[in-house]
Amino acid sequence: MWDFLVNRQAQFLINGWNHAYLVILAVFFGTIIAVALAVVVTRLPALEPVANAVSAIGLTIPSLALIGLLLPLTGLGATTALVAVTFYATLPILRNAVVGLQGVDPTLVESARGMGMSEPMTLLRIRLPLAWPVILSGIRVSLQMCMGIAAIAAYVLGPGLGAWIFQGLAQVGGKNALNLALSATIGIVVLALILDVLLLLLGRLTTSKGVRV
Amino acid sequence: MTALESTTEGKTGVSGAEIRLDGVTKIYRGQKAPAVDNISLTIPAGEIAMFVGPSGCGKTTTLKMINRLIEPSSGTISIGGEDIRSKKVDELRRTIGYVIQGGSLFPHMSVAKNISIVPKLLGWDSSRISARVDELLDLVGLDPSKYRSRYPRELSGGQQQRIGVARGLAADPPVILMDEPFGAVDPITRQRLQDEMLSIQRELRKTIVCVTHDIDEAIKMGDRVLILQEGAHIAQYDTPEVVLSSPANEFAQDFVGAGSSLKRLSLARVSELDLRQPTTATVGENAEDVKQRAQANGDRSVIVLDSRNRPLGWPWVRQLKGSTIVDPGQDLVNLDSRATLNDALDTMLVSGHGGAVVTGDRDTYLGVVNFKTVTDFIEAMQREAEAETGAAASNGADEHPSERISIAPTDEELQSGSAQ
Ligand SMILES: Nc1ncnc2c1ncn2[C@@H]1O[C@H](COP(=O)(O)OP(=O)(O)OP(=O)(O)O)[C@@H](O)[C@H]1O
Ligand SMILES: [Mg+2]
Repeated sequence: MWDFLVNRQAQFLINGWNHAYLVILAVFFGTIIAVALAVVVTRLPALEPVANAVSAIGLTIPSLALIGLLLPLTGLGATTALVAVTFYATLPILRNAVVGLQGVDPTLVESARGMGMSEPMTLLRIRLPLAWPVILSGIRVSLQMCMGIAAIAAYVLGPGLGAWIFQGLAQVGGKNALNLALSATIGIVVLALILDVLLLLLGRLTTSKGVRV
Repeated sequence: MTALESTTEGKTGVSGAEIRLDGVTKIYRGQKAPAVDNISLTIPAGEIAMFVGPSGCGKTTTLKMINRLIEPSSGTISIGGEDIRSKKVDELRRTIGYVIQGGSLFPHMSVAKNISIVPKLLGWDSSRISARVDELLDLVGLDPSKYRSRYPRELSGGQQQRIGVARGLAADPPVILMDEPFGAVDPITRQRLQDEMLSIQRELRKTIVCVTHDIDEAIKMGDRVLILQEGAHIAQYDTPEVVLSSPANEFAQDFVGAGSSLKRLSLARVSELDLRQPTTATVGENAEDVKQRAQANGDRSVIVLDSRNRPLGWPWVRQLKGSTIVDPGQDLVNLDSRATLNDALDTMLVSGHGGAVVTGDRDTYLGVVNFKTVTDFIEAMQREAEAETGAAASNGADEHPSERISIAPTDEELQSGSAQ
């Protein structure tokens, strides 16, 4: 397998980079969408059960099925992969963002308003920073999950390490079948670990010392 | 009663603004009975108005209508003659300090950040803000270099509450609203905070509206006390002296409570007493000299001071070991000269000496108060009161034994003191 990898080093690295890029982009958009939805949900309590149901049911949709549904809309290619992965990325973050924002002590919010902070300012300076550790743990879950889902998204010619897995599966018994699938899988696991460490670092940098656990 | 009037008037002028409530009513959605029913009230500029009343009577609701955290259903409120609805709500709130129980500090912001919120909102430049933060930390008795960059969870409850007060004062607002500001701290710390608040107020002369559950706190702190009934109906609104001596109705009477003559102890300050001056010793002094001095004065204990005249401990003479005086390492509970006689009795009860060490500005030593000092003062107060009401001044106290203020502790000093 080592020779196999050395021979295709360039391709492996490009695939790995593309995989990471797809996941990071999806988690980034997922975070923005989830936090925006959570802000709306926490303002309109009637929406909360809806949000919970969506994030619970959404995760049970098989990723291949969702990709199949998207195909007629966005066609084969990277866009479909990104949309699908972003969908899954959003769900765990949404749940945590709702919990995090709801967990902010209402008297703190009232103090902020009582001192003359506007509503958006209260959101940015008080509610989000306080909910951030909880949101961040949702982002970590989301990132791990999306590493696997991004591999499946390669089915629609999406970028990333998943392509080798499907190639390997397609030529089961062939000379390089195992090498392809195994090296891609290990690549994904290593990538997941690296990104998790980076996220932890980002978390330390963006979480106030006053609320760090 | 002259207790309050005799305390020193502020050096600077009044910086507060008058608050007026006019026919203010609040009916919460889905409720029939108003939480606040047609209240009208004027709080003069530069005074502290203490709101007391049973739980649920509408104190918090009334307070929050002043900074529009709650909008009245009807009626008008004005500050300094200006209707509070004439300004944008966020702008209005930046001119009103708001302090609530526990301080309500933002845990993700340092002490300095917490304090500088409103100045930042008002667009002060950063050097002015950091100077202001240090000034305020000094004002509330916390060392700026030590505390400025701490986070709230690295502070004790009392310190958090102090920062809460500093934050309320940050942009020098003419009006400060406080909702049970000292409710979450232990009695000794609460007494400290109250004394500090009073000394700050003597300097600043803001208009302060403060909600409390505690009638003693109301009497101690208030220029005026507002006793509220269910629905924020005013039972009485008057000076502490009048509230104590002539409750307006049965409700006020019940609320002030049976011990109202004892509560008058809250009107007098330790600074009005003639303090005892027992033997003192400074750290580093020759111990033999001190022992001789104590013997000459007939004292069995001495007060040890540090080089800056701050009391460190109150050891018995027999506890003085070694050739020089050292810090006895005791946890001495001092009494601020601004404390009330009530506080003084509290502090004395926990002291083994039947007395308490009194300190002035910057914790410097002033003297000692004991039960005899306090009972002498009470008797003088009583004689004065009887003279005023025209009772036989000579031996009035003996004719009305039930009216005499009795103090529980059977300390030997108390016995000898009140035996005349
Ligand atoms: N947001 C609200 N919605 C509905 N009713 C409320 C609301 N806030 C307070 N009330 C009701 O209004 C009344 C007055 O409440 P308020 O908080 O002003 O009392 P309070 O005097 O501050 O009591 P406490 O001493 O317990 O703090 C109470 O009967 C309370 O149940
Ligand atoms: Mg209240």
